[in-house]
Amino acid sequence: MKKVQAIIIGGGSAGLSAAVTLKKNGIEDILVIEKDEEPGGILEQCIHNGFGLHTFKEQLSGPAYAERFIRMAEEQNVRILLNTMVTKLTADRVVEYVNPEEGTVQVQADAVILAVGCYERPRGGINITGTRPAGIYTAGQAQRYLNIDGYMVGKRVFILGSGDIGLIMARRMTLEGAKVVGVAELMPYSNGLPRNMKQCLEDFNIPLYLSHTVTEVFGKDRLEKIEMMEVDENRNPIPGTEQDIDVDTLLLSVGLIPENHLADQAGIKMDPSTKGPFVDDRYMTSVEGIFACGNGLHVHDLVDYVTLQAAKAAEGAVSYLQNGKPQGEPLRIQNGNQVSYCVPSQFYPQDPAEKVTVYFRVRTPLDKGTLVIRSGDKIIRSVKKRKLVPSVMEEALLLKKDMEGLTEPITIEIAEE
Amino acid sequence: MVKELVCVNCPLGCRLTVEVENDQVISVSGNSCPRGEEYAKSECIRPARILTTTVRIEGAIHRVLPVITEREIPLDMVMEAMDAVRGIHVKAPVKVGDVIAADLLGTGVNLVAARSMDRV
Repeated sequence: MKKVQAIIIGGGSAGLSAAVTLKKNGIEDILVIEKDEEPGGILEQCIHNGFGLHTFKEQLSGPAYAERFIRMAEEQNVRILLNTMVTKLTADRVVEYVNPEEGTVQVQADAVILAVGCYERPRGGINITGTRPAGIYTAGQAQRYLNIDGYMVGKRVFILGSGDIGLIMARRMTLEGAKVVGVAELMPYSNGLPRNMKQCLEDFNIPLYLSHTVTEVFGKDRLEKIEMMEVDENRNPIPGTEQDIDVDTLLLSVGLIPENHLADQAGIKMDPSTKGPFVDDRYMTSVEGIFACGNGLHVHDLVDYVTLQAAKAAEGAVSYLQNGKPQGEPLRIQNGNQVSYCVPSQFYPQDPAEKVTVYFRVRTPLDKGTLVIRSGDKIIRSVKKRKLVPSVMEEALLLKKDMEGLTEPITIEIAEE
Repeated sequence: MVKELVCVNCPLGCRLTVEVENDQVISVSGNSCPRGEEYAKSECIRPARILTTTVRIEGAIHRVLPVITEREIPLDMVMEAMDAVRGIHVKAPVKVGDVIAADLLGTGVNLVAARSMDRV
């Protein structure tokens, strides 16, 4: 069997950043495996601007952001296999892939970095009743058809879910001449970034229906209309609020889920709150030598954070390749009041990483609150916060001295006022 | 008069408080960078946005090339700009930053390629 020091699965924003970081740290024998015909991942279809203000101090479009990393990978002579699908991952780090040139190949890696991205929750995941006509797409699928393949998917459009891709597609379809009739959001607040509420909906007078959902679709060959209903505080449709809307296209922007079948296959322990793997303060999963980062770990709202996190995971892999596993037994970093998830979710009190940024999200919008980081009764740090919303990822910083010698798990929580 | 705005420059989405008197911006607060102040001023006078879309491309890996305006153009000209851009066809190869349409609709802003595409 062929052997390689490190394999990175996925050549998108996370995979490219991880690859460049490995090379810069002297890990030469690496392989990036990408299923698409070119590297760059989902950024290639995100043609809107707003990427890179943290990483490059510039406002770039998605493809321009990707191109910078593709160039860096080229300069570092990163080997990227395109049109190549990973079909198997084992706990002892054997990666099986398939492509048209080589057929099925197995490679043994000393370290594996999962940079596999996420997928969109499909219609089947939200149980809309009715027929099965053409014209129902996930927002990202429509985005790919329009921005990469150059096809419009419809003329009169309704969007279910106020996730960012849905909002961005509302604007994009409007610019291309479609009529976007409205956006329905199940929750009483928007799930998109505030800037997208402004520049994608308000700029084009597209109505947003909060606490509403699509309950049925109609049409034989092509979608003809949808039924929208208002929902109560338990998210159940309220009888009598049915409203029919004539549209030929329904876009679903109802959630992103880390792609996790390879992690499952390798027996990696999964975190039910992120639906991605549990990782420690070096981004190593529960299986030794397998690391995870990017949207395949938890869904981010900024690519800049994906880039940073993937570099951290690559540094974790470098440390593992050079020094092996951290010393001692790990302790949990766990969700406290109002916190829906924390990543990373483990640390090593006898051998902590230098500096760990814990990413978390709040459960419901809060005007103000105090972020409290504690271990048992000991308060490590507390920071006042304003305007906390579930759609915006928050950070909690842990320094080496904060973690060193702790005997109880760390809890990240919001003290409400 | 005090206006509350959300800055659209980057995903931080800073919430800006703008004090306006007689169509003049007196003060801007809540921004975390100078772009926020510029945004607040233009938003209160004539809102402007970066436009991103695609143009047809021949001889490349894909049928369309993503394009972007180098700077903001007035929001009220965005639909007209889309009509102007719709007719543009380009041929590969294209390099990121290549000018696809100079001085779009007399705005003084160039429309440029958002990525490179080789000839295939």
